Amino acid sequence: MSTNTLPLSRKKTPKRAGTKPAPRQNFTARQGGFASKFTVNGLLILGSLYMVVPVLWLLVASTKNAADLYGTSAYALGNFALFENIAAVAAQDGGMFFRWMGNSVLYAGVGAVVGSLISVMAGYAFDKFQFRGKDSLFGFVLVGVLIPNTATVLPMYLLASVVGMTNTIWAVLIPVLCNPFGVYLARVYAASYVPMETLEAARVDGAGPIRSFFSLGLPMMMPGYITIALFQFVGVWNNFMLPLVMLQDQKLLPVSVGISIWQGYAVPQPEFVPLVITGSLLSVIPLLLAFIMLQRFWKSGLTAGAVK
Amino acid sequence: MASQALTIVPRSKRSAVSGTGGRTAALFLVPFFGVFAIAMVAPVIYAIVLSFYAQQKSGLGFGEAKTAFVGLENYLQVLQSESFVSGIARLGLYCLIYIPCMVGGAVIFALLLDATVARARKLFQLLVFLPHAVPGVIAALIWAYLYTPGISPLVQALQGGGIQINFLDAHMVLPAIANIGVWEWTGYNVIILFTALQAVPREILEAARVDGAGEIRTALSIKFPLILPALSVIMLFTIIGTLQLFTEPSIIAKATPSITSTWVPNMWAYDAAFIRHNLNQAAAASIIIAGLAAILSLVVTRFSSRMNKS
Repeated sequence: MSTNTLPLSRKKTPKRAGTKPAPRQNFTARQGGFASKFTVNGLLILGSLYMVVPVLWLLVASTKNAADLYGTSAYALGNFALFENIAAVAAQDGGMFFRWMGNSVLYAGVGAVVGSLISVMAGYAFDKFQFRGKDSLFGFVLVGVLIPNTATVLPMYLLASVVGMTNTIWAVLIPVLCNPFGVYLARVYAASYVPMETLEAARVDGAGPIRSFFSLGLPMMMPGYITIALFQFVGVWNNFMLPLVMLQDQKLLPVSVGISIWQGYAVPQPEFVPLVITGSLLSVIPLLLAFIMLQRFWKSGLTAGAVK
Repeated sequence: MASQALTIVPRSKRSAVSGTGGRTAALFLVPFFGVFAIAMVAPVIYAIVLSFYAQQKSGLGFGEAKTAFVGLENYLQVLQSESFVSGIARLGLYCLIYIPCMVGGAVIFALLLDATVARARKLFQLLVFLPHAVPGVIAALIWAYLYTPGISPLVQALQGGGIQINFLDAHMVLPAIANIGVWEWTGYNVIILFTALQAVPREILEAARVDGAGEIRTALSIKFPLILPALSVIMLFTIIGTLQLFTEPSIIAKATPSITSTWVPNMWAYDAAFIRHNLNQAAAASIIIAGLAAILSLVVTRFSSRMNKS
């Protein structure tokens, strides 16, 4: 944390103190002050609109029935049919949608909680222990970061079919536990959150390395653990190719694949269009909430991952 | 006694690190390398093995198919396949559109956000990050509707302005998909670059201001060079990311015939495995994609380390 967030917060304070008089100087010195303020904020608003408008469309479209969707202009409200749409989503195939949501929660939840623990343990070991072959092992992890996931999906399917694991939840759950980038991040976090002295003190007090990890290291790395888990949760929730390839049974699908199946139906049967739109909105809400609530964590996570 | 204590202290300190060493470290590392072996190493090795074999039917195609070692035959077939090669070319074209727009957009937005006159920074950060919280499948679905004439407010608005564009026809569909990528990833990278900008020492900016450099001048000749390291990491992950292209075209393909089942290399491999049932070719194609990722990341890393040095 000290390497990532500290410089951030340290810089923020002098900046606030320092810039207050500075722009005033600018404005008196140059006439462009108002214009540039106008341009900068105008461009920022334009950029944000591009980001927000499609999501707003999803929100508005999910309040319309099929007739209004085609009949009214895009951002005008038709007859408010959001609850009818949600009811239709819930009723389709005997509540299959909620089964898909449940599956997504299961895959992403286990992937996030267990997968991140595995990554955090490995990252902690890479930072805190000395052992032979450490550098080359870490090199493997970095190679793992660089291999595109989609390139391993098909071989993984072929392997899973050899051992008869395709079309089971394990075919999706086991691969998502592997997050080499999480190990890399965890190493960065271990280096900055867990002081060697604390571990030394614990060792002197007679705590074994495993005990000191679970009672000291892990609690100290909790912000890092949450960050890695958040990104892993989102990654698994968004994963499309792996479950698409591995699963045939509709009851095992995560919501991403499920909705894409509905979208396939929607071409010949337009009555599926509101289901797809409303289902999409419902499947986005958990992630939006997670990101809004855990802002502090994803921001520091992005920095640790990329700027360091 | 004293000298003994001196030699003991460093040794005991070392032992805090190394004495717990090997075996304990293994306890912490085994779970990860276990899943790593299952989810990455084994599939890659198995794919390499498979890629050297082929199912061959004897004589007239009757009878049992036999597995035969064919060496690099599969690789040659994949690389000679017109659809695979044009998929790679299409991916290259996609990169040419997507990377400058996305990275350029992220740099500009981050610089604007860091300008002294910018307001409501927190709100803007949250808003630009919003698309990243939308799953790729859903992003593609939203845009698929935004591109579909009849529902799309975008097409309606353009028609109102007298412009007829079909985003889903053969010429427009590639930029249209690049736009989905730009929409999903720009905000994510804005946050990274903005944080990097915040770490730029304020004294340097202050000095530039005293020397009479304006906002734009400062942004271009001081701030921008200082965020190059962050930018090179972004480039690396962006390039690996583009090789993964699969979700968006697969979803858009359901809305338009312009996207074939072998449109990009990943779709080609999927098609080989599940439509043409040629697992050996699919394996070879996967290995080619992974190899391409390796080469490209090497090139980007080399290039950016040279840039950072100079």
